[in-house]
Amino acid sequence: MTNTTHDYYARKSSDHHDHDHDHDHDDHKQPNPANEHDNGPPGEYEIMSRAMQELLEQKGMITAAQVAKRMELFDEEFPYHGAQVVARAWVDPAFKQRLLADGRAACAEMGAMLEAERLIAVENTPEVHNVIVCTLCSCYPRALLGMPPTWYKSRNYRSRVVFEPRAVLKEFGTELPDSVTVRVHDSNADMRYLVVPMRPQGTEGWSEVKLAGLLSRDMLVGVTVPKV
Amino acid sequence: MSSSASLKSTYTPAPVHRYRVGDKVTVKRTFPPGHRRTPQYIRGKQGVVERICGTYPNPEELAYGFDGLPAKVLYRVRFLQTHVWPGYAGPANDIIEMEIFEHWLEPAAT
Repeated sequence: MTNTTHDYYARKSSDHHDHDHDHDHDDHKQPNPANEHDNGPPGEYEIMSRAMQELLEQKGMITAAQVAKRMELFDEEFPYHGAQVVARAWVDPAFKQRLLADGRAACAEMGAMLEAERLIAVENTPEVHNVIVCTLCSCYPRALLGMPPTWYKSRNYRSRVVFEPRAVLKEFGTELPDSVTVRVHDSNADMRYLVVPMRPQGTEGWSEVKLAGLLSRDMLVGVTVPKV
Repeated sequence: MSSSASLKSTYTPAPVHRYRVGDKVTVKRTFPPGHRRTPQYIRGKQGVVERICGTYPNPEELAYGFDGLPAKVLYRVRFLQTHVWPGYAGPANDIIEMEIFEHWLEPAAT
């Protein structure tokens, strides 16, 4: 088992693509500027967690597949509604106004119940680009966007995007001219945030479903922008 | 899809609040122990009230099992990045916004 243990990260990452699932794979895009393991060795709790999982696997009490399945169930508990909400805002100006005025009420219209979460939707324009972070922990609108991506929780992203947002955005492939104001939102207390990207040119007449297909989770956090 | 008229706003009213949208405020520069939702990097910085979010139970009390009442008024405050970070590399128009509870704010000197 020593080889397996030694190779733990590599094994997990290659296994990851073997199973059947439909969440997007933005975590694996290169270059990935802010992953969990880019700040040196893993933390104490991460090591304990991995050690515990390995022990349980070795003793035959759980399997890696069960852990992966459980993580997918987490995703299902927090279904991803963000793309449908933004696509509706693109085709229905009145809905967009309601979304910007009171995000939770507007999402409820579409059947996305955010429970206690207060949602602030912020709109990208030719003048302003919005990006979301939680520097204190990793607050995230799970009821709307599902589980947060690993990079969103990384210390690298959380610490850097507040003071050098343009450098971080560039690492995600998003370069903005100085004439565009970068507006960073630190999601540090009771509000949760959703970025409404600009609808790309060339999508005139598209259906809501087709428009929603353009929208990845990363765009709704504000680190990338939709393109046709 | 239901009509918007039937939907009640989810924002919590804050009928009594010390600051209004547009007011200049300074975040207190204090470092008390305990659970605080005011990031260290923003303490002592001056900004402008962007919106009033409503009233929320005080997280500094909730964190220790208290009920957090009376609820505190929560604001969103907008800061210029060049003010928050000396040596900020981006243009002067870049901004950062975050949520600050009323008891962490005082009127800006200017």
